[in-house]
Amino acid sequence: MSTPPKSAVRAVSSAVDALAYPAFYTRTAVFLHWLMALLIACGFSLGAYMVDLHMSPTKLRLYNYHKWIGITVLLFVLVRLVWRLTHRPPPEVAMPRWQLRAAQATHYLLYVLMIVTPVFGWLYSSATGYSVVYLKLIRLPDLVHKDRHLADILVQIHAFLAWTIFWIVLLHAAAAFKHHFIDRDDTLRRMLSWRRN
Amino acid sequence: MNRMPSLAVGAFAWVVSLVAWGAGAPGIDTGKSTVVVTFRQENVPVDAPFKSFSGHIDYDPSQPATAKAALEVTTGSLDLGSEDYNSEVRKKDWLDSAAHPTASFVSTSIKPGAAGHLEATGTLTLKGKTQTLTIPVAVGKAGNASSFDGELTISRAYFGIGDKDWNDVLDDKVRVKFHIIE
Repeated sequence: MSTPPKSAVRAVSSAVDALAYPAFYTRTAVFLHWLMALLIACGFSLGAYMVDLHMSPTKLRLYNYHKWIGITVLLFVLVRLVWRLTHRPPPEVAMPRWQLRAAQATHYLLYVLMIVTPVFGWLYSSATGYSVVYLKLIRLPDLVHKDRHLADILVQIHAFLAWTIFWIVLLHAAAAFKHHFIDRDDTLRRMLSWRRN
Repeated sequence: MNRMPSLAVGAFAWVVSLVAWGAGAPGIDTGKSTVVVTFRQENVPVDAPFKSFSGHIDYDPSQPATAKAALEVTTGSLDLGSEDYNSEVRKKDWLDSAAHPTASFVSTSIKPGAAGHLEATGTLTLKGKTQTLTIPVAVGKAGNASSFDGELTISRAYFGIGDKDWNDVLDDKVRVKFHIIE
């Protein structure tokens, strides 16, 4: 028995991939991706801006809006996770192995941060005694008791996580642009296409 | 003319009670008691305790109608959770703690109410304004001491608390909840 040439194996395995994988991301996946991008951009900028404001009704209001954005992120990241686990993404665009690994690590880290960062914001809100009342309608339960010392620690963790998101998103976007403009592959394009599910 | 003597008696009794209190008559146990303000900003209820208050409640379970209560809070001790807010709320537009360092409630008549309850009528003095209030107070036992729990709602506008820029985010109604051990 002679072993088949490597190129044949690769051809067969990519043919199998083509059958098993969809050609595109679903519309829902694309929509959720850009919704998260928008929410994170707004939530992050608002958060960075509001903390240095002097006390005013506006500051109080902006804090509430920031909390609502965070809770929306938390809500949609869960939807997104369920969608991601039940819908197969298209096969990876061909690229060096280390890049695939790095991309994957970035994606996992972003999922974790999208959950953990709002949760720490929620914890911080609870510790300050200024509970989250989502959209002025739903009062979320306090996760910890009011405790100023704990609040000081929680807000630092929240800010650290938020800045980690900032840098990871920057890396994620830079990689997408590099693939689009330098490698000229489909990495970015497939997250922009709006095809049928 | 008839009112003068009773006024004088009242004043005398007040001085006597003050002296008795100052001389170490049991006052409220400030370590176990709490006086907490709950305000609402954009539908978010926020609790803010007074760190400093004092007072006394004379209460004899066999003669509830003779009960007397006086409570005084230090307006500058309201803790909203951050120094920013605390220094703001002491300003002229808010509690004006420099001009009005204390706020008080002094009972004028106490009647037995529903089982385990008293109806305490008295005068609330806050930021130079007064209001007569009747507060239902639940009376209970806390070891050898008695506990008094109740809640009142006041209007910020009535007492002139808060500048109007805040009216869109801050409810006019503010609740004050007390848990007094004496």
